[in-house]
Amino acid sequence: MTQMFPLTLDQVLVRRRGKAVIGPTNLVLQPDGPTIIIGPNGSGKTTLLRVMHGIERVTSGTVAWQHNDPSQHAFVFQSPIVLRRSVYENLAYPLRLIQTPKPEVAQAVDHWLERIGLADMRHSPALRLSGGERQKLAIARALIRKPQVLFLDEPCANLDGHATREIEALLQEATAAGTRLVMSTHDMGQARRLAQELVFMLGGKVHDVGDAETLFTSPANKELSAFLRGDIVT
Amino acid sequence: MLQTFFEQTGHPELVILSAQWTLDIDWLLYFTRKDRIVFVPQQSKCTASMIEILEGLKAAFWLVITFDAELWEISLRSLRVTLTALLIASAIAIPLGTYLAVQRFRFRRFVISLINALMGLPPVVVGLVVYILLSRTGPFGVLDLLFTPTAMIIAQVIIITPVIASIAHQSMRELWAEYHDLLISLNTSKRQRILTLIWDGRRNLLTAALAGFGRAIGEVGAIMIVGGNIDHVTRVLTTAIALETGKGDFALALGLGFVLIGLAILVNLAIHTLSQTEREGRW
Amino acid sequence: MIRSFSALILALWATGSTAEEMRLAVTTSFDSSGLADVLLPAIKEDLDLDVQLLVVGTGQALRLGEAGDVDAVLVHSKAAEEAFVAAGHGTHRREIMYNDFVLIGPATDTAGIADAASAADALQRIETAQSLFVSRGDDSGTHKAELTVWAQAGFDASTFDSWYRSVGAGMGQALNTAAAMDAYVLSDRASWLNFANKAELALLYSGDPALFNQYAYLPVAPAKNENVRNDLAMVLEAWLTGPRAEALINGYAINGETLFVFNAQPK
Ligand SMILES: Nc1ncnc2c1ncn2[C@@H]1O[C@H](COP(=O)(O)OP(=O)(O)OP(=O)(O)O)[C@@H](O)[C@H]1O
Ligand SMILES: [Mg+2]
Repeated sequence: MTQMFPLTLDQVLVRRRGKAVIGPTNLVLQPDGPTIIIGPNGSGKTTLLRVMHGIERVTSGTVAWQHNDPSQHAFVFQSPIVLRRSVYENLAYPLRLIQTPKPEVAQAVDHWLERIGLADMRHSPALRLSGGERQKLAIARALIRKPQVLFLDEPCANLDGHATREIEALLQEATAAGTRLVMSTHDMGQARRLAQELVFMLGGKVHDVGDAETLFTSPANKELSAFLRGDIVT
Repeated sequence: MLQTFFEQTGHPELVILSAQWTLDIDWLLYFTRKDRIVFVPQQSKCTASMIEILEGLKAAFWLVITFDAELWEISLRSLRVTLTALLIASAIAIPLGTYLAVQRFRFRRFVISLINALMGLPPVVVGLVVYILLSRTGPFGVLDLLFTPTAMIIAQVIIITPVIASIAHQSMRELWAEYHDLLISLNTSKRQRILTLIWDGRRNLLTAALAGFGRAIGEVGAIMIVGGNIDHVTRVLTTAIALETGKGDFALALGLGFVLIGLAILVNLAIHTLSQTEREGRW
Repeated sequence: MIRSFSALILALWATGSTAEEMRLAVTTSFDSSGLADVLLPAIKEDLDLDVQLLVVGTGQALRLGEAGDVDAVLVHSKAAEEAFVAAGHGTHRREIMYNDFVLIGPATDTAGIADAASAADALQRIETAQSLFVSRGDDSGTHKAELTVWAQAGFDASTFDSWYRSVGAGMGQALNTAAAMDAYVLSDRASWLNFANKAELALLYSGDPALFNQYAYLPVAPAKNENVRNDLAMVLEAWLTGPRAEALINGYAINGETLFVFNAQPK
């Protein structure tokens, strides 16, 4: 498997309706993760993730992978998108798209159904699932193709502590299995638990990037330290 | 008074059983077995039109329960023509409507407006154009399709394809808004996107198709021109209704109309039941 | 589900027929007389020929013949028929039978046409009274006959006021309209007798030879295109002018009234 990273964002600018939503800003992501993106509401976290994933057009600048293979990306959206199908069919869908043989599909789907605890609901419509169950389903569906990189946009927003821990366990397993995570969150506890690298977004720009432990213990500037304390940052 | 009323309406044979009969509803309860017994609500607003409608219901009732051979024939032909047209129109309109929802291109807005405008095309105009094309002196005259059920199918396909495409596009657009990010993220091909939307939106598409069916089964202007209402060949329910109306036989015309409505309801129910059982199986 | 739907459609189409087929354009008035229901089964029996009737106005019937979309026409408008043959659209014109036109109007006969001296006189009375009059207005043989009688009465129908209602419809539709408005209308006798929705209308005047309605049969010229079945058209003509047709046509009656007089000349 060719190494996709580093990923280099050079002078990336995203302009929407005349307003600079992102940048211009620079960022380099190395092969080691996970990377956690934090920042106030509207600071551009979602847009940045989408730019990296390649589903958001940039106005100017470049997004360069060492070696890009779109089939090795996966994305979990801020509000999970479920297909109007059964739980089983939701999980099988990404595999079906790449013509995976039926027995392999069944095996992989069964494995993930067990793993996320939805085996009993395999035939019920996914739209009947609760928010937490949907989020787990979306993550499992993103991981089912064993991607090299997984982007997650606030996967635990609106979830209780228990569900959050379950998802974190899933993510740690994925990391151990070699999937590089890039994730945004507003949950600082979660950021501390998962992050190896931390990106702090402010006003559409990457304000700080660096080793998570270092930045958490000794914030490099007053904006980041204020944000980490929970103060309002502008 | 009522007796002269019945004479005026052309039913002097009717006999009033009880003028004392009262009902809350403005309705005649009409017993048909021998055409002889009538219950009339006191001070009812009996009018000739009321009698006509009841005659129509009666005609429909007798036609159906006696398995009238002619009725069977034209009903089956109606179904045959319309369901075939529906199948062909759906095969064109559903992928087209879905394509228009997922694909942005230069003339997209124009194509959508065109389809919406074509929905308002008078069937008679469609019939005339198809007639000119299929006429033996027309460009497709050699096919010798004029005044055949095939010609009627062609006309109906032209009439209902825009209807189905427009409704399909509407609901596919909503579904596409829901699925957009996920399908882009999963790196799907155009074909896969369209197929996913069609499959997951199939119940909405069924509604679109049924709207097309309703329009086609009740259509008379175009198929009259291209089919010619030939007995045993191209006569269908709607053209038979037009014919009976022309003969002044309103009761039979109405009776056929009720049969037509009944048929449409049956088909709707059948298709819904089919899709229902299928849904239970898969979900 | 799609499979069961397709199977259903296939099942619906599984029928077939073997007899020879030809298409004959006829006028609405001929069809509503009910004579076709007597003649067609006899034709099928004698010739094993399925005659498919296209019931339209004379104008449209001749147009269908002109385009070669039918194999023969049976209409009643002499001038138009002769023009049709002269233009080479038909091989020839053969008279088959005639019936007559009748004047229908409100039973109260507001214009008093019942005792008119002639058809032209009756129309003059209607014009004088400005009673509602429904005209087919569809370029049919009946419409043309009506205009001819108006001309005999000394009028140009296109100059009339709103009492003259040109409905642009078939005979039955025109009768329905007249019934709804208590108007006068010129109808062929057969359509009138078969008409079910007479309401307040009554037959008020008939019998003037000016109202005779000659039906003629015109085979479409085979030169039109290779699909025209002139052979079948000729077979049908021979039958229509033969003894079985004569007996059926002269014997056809509604409520005891005969409608048509067979007058085909042997060749
Ligand atoms: N298509 C667009 N058109 C106009 N403005 C947009 C568009 N997309 C994003 N924005 C704006 O860009 C800014 C950044 O949005 P983004 O969703 O990236 O923020 P975020 O950091 O994810 O916020 P949150 O924490 O609330 O999810 C917001 O102000 C948003 O309104
Ligand atoms: Mg966001």
